[in-house]
Amino acid sequence: MAKTLFQKVWEAHTVRKLPNGQTQLFIGTHLIHEVTSPQAFGMLRDLGLKVKYPQRTFATVDHIVPTNELKEPYSDPIAQEMIEALRKNTKDYGIRFFDTHTGTQGIVHMVGPEQGITQPGTTIACGDSHTATHGAFGAIAFGIGTTQVRDVLATQTLALSPLKVRRIEVNGKLAPGVYAKDVILHIIRVLGVNGGIGFAYEYAGSTFDAFSLEERMTVCNMSIEGGARCGYVNPDQKTFDYIKGKPFAPKAADWDAAVARWQSFASDPGCAYDEVVKFEASEIRPTVTWGITPGQAIFIDEKMPALETLNAADRQTAEDAYKHMKLAPNTPIKGTKVDVCFLGSCTNGRISDLREVAKYLKGRKVSASVKAIVVPGSQLTAIQAVHEGLDKIYIEAGFEWRGAGCSMCLAMNPDKLVGDQLCASSSNRNFKGRQGSQTGRTILMSPLMVAAAAITGQITDAREVFKV
Amino acid sequence: MSLAQITQVKALALAVPGDDIDTDRIIPARFLRCVTFDGLGEHAFRDERTGPDGKERAHPMNSAQAGKIAAAKKGVMVVGFNFGCGSSREHAPQSLWRFGFTAFVGGSFAEIFFGNSTTLGVPCLTLSKEDLAECDAFVRANPEVEVTVDVAQLTVSAGAKTWKADITASARDGLTKGKWDPIADLLEGADSVAKTAGGLAYVAGK
Ligand code: SF4
Repeated sequence: MAKTLFQKVWEAHTVRKLPNGQTQLFIGTHLIHEVTSPQAFGMLRDLGLKVKYPQRTFATVDHIVPTNELKEPYSDPIAQEMIEALRKNTKDYGIRFFDTHTGTQGIVHMVGPEQGITQPGTTIACGDSHTATHGAFGAIAFGIGTTQVRDVLATQTLALSPLKVRRIEVNGKLAPGVYAKDVILHIIRVLGVNGGIGFAYEYAGSTFDAFSLEERMTVCNMSIEGGARCGYVNPDQKTFDYIKGKPFAPKAADWDAAVARWQSFASDPGCAYDEVVKFEASEIRPTVTWGITPGQAIFIDEKMPALETLNAADRQTAEDAYKHMKLAPNTPIKGTKVDVCFLGSCTNGRISDLREVAKYLKGRKVSASVKAIVVPGSQLTAIQAVHEGLDKIYIEAGFEWRGAGCSMCLAMNPDKLVGDQLCASSSNRNFKGRQGSQTGRTILMSPLMVAAAAITGQITDAREVFKV
Repeated sequence: MSLAQITQVKALALAVPGDDIDTDRIIPARFLRCVTFDGLGEHAFRDERTGPDGKERAHPMNSAQAGKIAAAKKGVMVVGFNFGCGSSREHAPQSLWRFGFTAFVGGSFAEIFFGNSTTLGVPCLTLSKEDLAECDAFVRANPEVEVTVDVAQLTVSAGAKTWKADITASARDGLTKGKWDPIADLLEGADSVAKTAGGLAYVAGK
């Protein structure tokens, strides 16, 4: 019978059926970071349990690391305590830790792919909702809670129920200045922030075939913003090429067998999906959010929705959103003044993002009224960028060039909005208070749109600013 | 591990209206800077409850009703749709549970929040849109009346009203049989786990 990748991976990792009807699923790869793991190790100790497969858990530190101070102890004692807790836990249990001094530290969803740990046909779990990012490689990857982190540490398994699969096809060529970020913002806008509940999203179609792995990661990353716990793209030659030669990639002697195995996980032609939704790439334009959920989004040249056009439930959230954002219904979003520009995060903090923006940034200057920071998602990305001289382009343009981490995506480190500052951000969440100030405002967009906002000091169409 | 069988939660209820209430609102990220869940309860909905000026705002969590729930360490929170969306942080249900909430009733729940809650032994039941509106209105009008969340019967009732409720079969089973924390079952399967792992080349680094 023809099967989807989701079904095949699920079957290969099914241990047994649990008494409550759920599946005990083997988790081949477990990623941990400093925020959601310490309590899990605490539970493990309380129960007197060991880590079952320490070689299948990988740790990094990303959320709390300051991006402008390298020396420890950090000026924030809690951050210091959290990083030290992770050092102790990984040491006590024999877990590989991509620590800050190794040159390999970074956002957990960047470290996995960079190290070749993220592979097709595998199951990946992490105490972080953006774990779906790894689905770009054809893995079934999802975010879990801390008690489940404990479950994986203790047993390398989880109790789960299978998901339905919705195939999201995007076909055709994106217009210049339209990016993977616009694709996923558009998908969420159309299908809704809870449209994906109960589903795994399979992203497919010629647009995805043409996407690089990094672009696929940008889309899979935000599956959770659409309510889907995981999202994936079927593995292809690009996937294999990306993995080849990475530190944890299969060695030469095992390579061909690994590729054959990976290929066999791709969804079979003619397999049945629970739902299929289709989009045309040519219809997607640069997209920005205007509200406090990622689904409250419009094309840059549209007006924000008039309240009368919304149904009752959406209207309530919209009213709340307009109040928080200090924006007015039925007006253009273009021209809205910005205070801060943030380029980074596990959505858009990769080398291809930094390169793309740098291409257009040469010779331009950040507006005097804007604070702009660029935060490479990982140390390897930062090193590569410096090697290519990208840092100089950013610094010359007036961006602050920072160290690797999550930074202002969620502002658990010192990078925060102040008061009701408005931030043009390449990250994934525009929730109230997300960027560290209760009244702070976030507008999500592609990296190039962030750069355009930085230069003009307002929300604007990057295609016009940079003559794309 | 023996756990309580949770068939019913009978307690005072608090309505916290609104759809798409995300985990950043339930527990702002700065309170994630910790290595234990202790003390999270007092920060539940912190930025909704306290304004930037440090003053208390009008929010259900600041009401006398919320105070009673916190004192009793049991309570039902009546919420809207897609409650708990956003991050996977277990800090969100942990903070509400530590505040005193022992059951949720809503239109729908974000999946990770749902799983995190039931694993704590906190049922999340869903009602139809109409019933939820009625339940919400009842709870506001009759704060002194206890609400019964019946996981076994799949009902939510208060006063003379009873609404038909739902929860996934596996969560219901886990709660009512005292198996809502899966760790015991997962540990039992150790032999089968080794077998599955043995069939996966990448687990051996190949
Ligand atoms: S970059 Fe943002 S979304 Fe990604 S893991 Fe860090 S905090 Fe989470």
